[in-house]
Amino acid sequence: MDFAVIVLLEMLRAVAWLVLLGAGLAIVFGMMRVINIAHGEFLMLGGYTVIMSTKVGVPLWVAILILAPLVVGIFGVIVERLIIRFLYGRILDSLLATWGLSLLMIGGVTMIFGNTNEGVSTPLGSVPVGQYTISLYTIALIVAAVAILAGIYAALKFTRAGLIARSVMQNPGMAQALGVNATFVYMATFGIGAAVTGLAGGLLAPVTGVVPAMGVNFIGQAFITVITGGASVVAGTFSAATALGSVSQAVTFAAGPVYGDAALLFVALILLRILPQGITGRIFTRSV
Amino acid sequence: MEKSLYKDPGFWAMIALGLVATFGLPVWYGLFEIMQITQYVVLGVFALSLAYIWGFGGILSFGQSAFFGLGGYVFAVAAINMGDTTVPLILSFAIPALFGAGLGYFMFYGRLSDVYLGVVTLVVTLIFWKLINHTAGPEYAIGAARLGGFNGIPSIPILNVPGDADADLMPGAMFQVFMVILMVVYVGLRLINASDFGRVSVSIRENETRASLLGYDVRRHKVVVFALGSGIAGLAGAMWATYQTFIDPNAFSLEMSAKALIWVMAGGVGTLAGPLVAVIALQWLSLKLGEINLINNFVILGTILILLVLVLPKGLLPSLQMWIERLVTMMRRQRDGEQVMRVRPDPALAPRRDDRGASPTPAE
Repeated sequence: MDFAVIVLLEMLRAVAWLVLLGAGLAIVFGMMRVINIAHGEFLMLGGYTVIMSTKVGVPLWVAILILAPLVVGIFGVIVERLIIRFLYGRILDSLLATWGLSLLMIGGVTMIFGNTNEGVSTPLGSVPVGQYTISLYTIALIVAAVAILAGIYAALKFTRAGLIARSVMQNPGMAQALGVNATFVYMATFGIGAAVTGLAGGLLAPVTGVVPAMGVNFIGQAFITVITGGASVVAGTFSAATALGSVSQAVTFAAGPVYGDAALLFVALILLRILPQGITGRIFTRSV
Repeated sequence: MEKSLYKDPGFWAMIALGLVATFGLPVWYGLFEIMQITQYVVLGVFALSLAYIWGFGGILSFGQSAFFGLGGYVFAVAAINMGDTTVPLILSFAIPALFGAGLGYFMFYGRLSDVYLGVVTLVVTLIFWKLINHTAGPEYAIGAARLGGFNGIPSIPILNVPGDADADLMPGAMFQVFMVILMVVYVGLRLINASDFGRVSVSIRENETRASLLGYDVRRHKVVVFALGSGIAGLAGAMWATYQTFIDPNAFSLEMSAKALIWVMAGGVGTLAGPLVAVIALQWLSLKLGEINLINNFVILGTILILLVLVLPKGLLPSLQMWIERLVTMMRRQRDGEQVMRVRPDPALAPRRDDRGASPTPAE
């Protein structure tokens, strides 16, 4: 019984992990069709924001929930103005440019903070479940993942800004003809995607620690989740994270983490062979 | 064989340049310089592999280093077990090519779009990198070769005379052998591109739907192109391994893939000579900048990549070509313009325009 609870929680944690990694990317890629290879470095920047600000005395939760999204969001807007806005519709070029950005960020952070592993102790402690213990922060991560998805859903579905954003993504010309400032909407959407990524990076930082090249460890999982999910932000991310997270976690239990990663890729390849447009390209097509 | 290739002066110029380099450089330069130039030759082969699949097959692979690393490791393991290096060199082409064909099956028969293709290749590279980093323990060994995880495989045999495992090549001879490999790859790719097969792959690059409507099997074609490119990248990996007598998981790194992309982009997508020039220019540049040791290498690479995309999206060689052509037209126009000033145009010779707008327009 206790073991079953632990396994279930670990599965949920794996799913939540993929949701956190993928949510910001799903906004930028799923809605705007901009492939941001520097996504992993946006996570890294969020992580560094948390670690560095707690070092100067900012309370951990303020750093995670406010500073990380703010810093990365502003950074995202700057990047959009300087690089991304020239590359809308040129998907491959945006891929190459953001890869350059990714290398630039790794190098820049290495120059500023040095190539060392920094960390902060995981908050909240742990509770016993029978003979096992689980970290309460794990549960906080799961809650955060649910909250992020719910927040994106609500914002897109029930607010005027969300409606405008969806209209611009669907038909920028028509939206502009109706008086919407499409340039601003693109900039804001990219900024919000970056902010969500920053929040995720901040949340992950106490678990993973930070190091300049850490993005590489996440970028693969993030992209696989978003691509397997397909075009819709919330339903796609959620369904793909559930499918891939549970399989990879099951394999991890059975054979070890490296095989878990490999299994994740393999399942994604098979899924893409069957559903080239992603899960929401065929199922749940009308969802947000 | 294709006549157009034999009439191309650039083709013969490249061969002549290659022959001069093969026999001239070891005479003109000392051992140390030759060792450094050998590095450019190896990376040149690697650049050609991506230049081919991207420029002539329209396949943008972000995981070229997966095959580079795979080739290097295959060579290392096989050479340590066999002693002789001829068969391992062949294997280092064949196994990555087979793996490329298998991966290509999933990607091209799944009809993944360009974007997904880029990401899948990227992720495959990451998985390789992770897997090989985890093989540090002594239980991960193939025959006599321990994979060594993040420590890499040391003391990989130097290339030897075929059949005689003890006759290691001297650095000068190794440079010449590598130059021959580079030239064979270059000439081979030029021949392929001039053949019917190459023309079909270019047509697929230009318009996939049209090519498939004309009856060509786009998917199979792409798998073959991708597998060939993978094999060449694997060969470059093997050359890298034997050149350094060492290989570690960095061969699989994203930096390696990024460099290949930068070379091809800088040299110009759709050319083979351009990327070779870019390899020499950019490697030399990053060597010089690395000596200064002021700026992180990643910062330099990243900045170059961003600037290339924003300023020179077509690459150096095609951009240069375009500018020269523009300059020539401008000068010609100026000259013609003066003539028009002097001689009054005959109204009977002017192009007629009727109200249906049938004036000759530059068609695509």
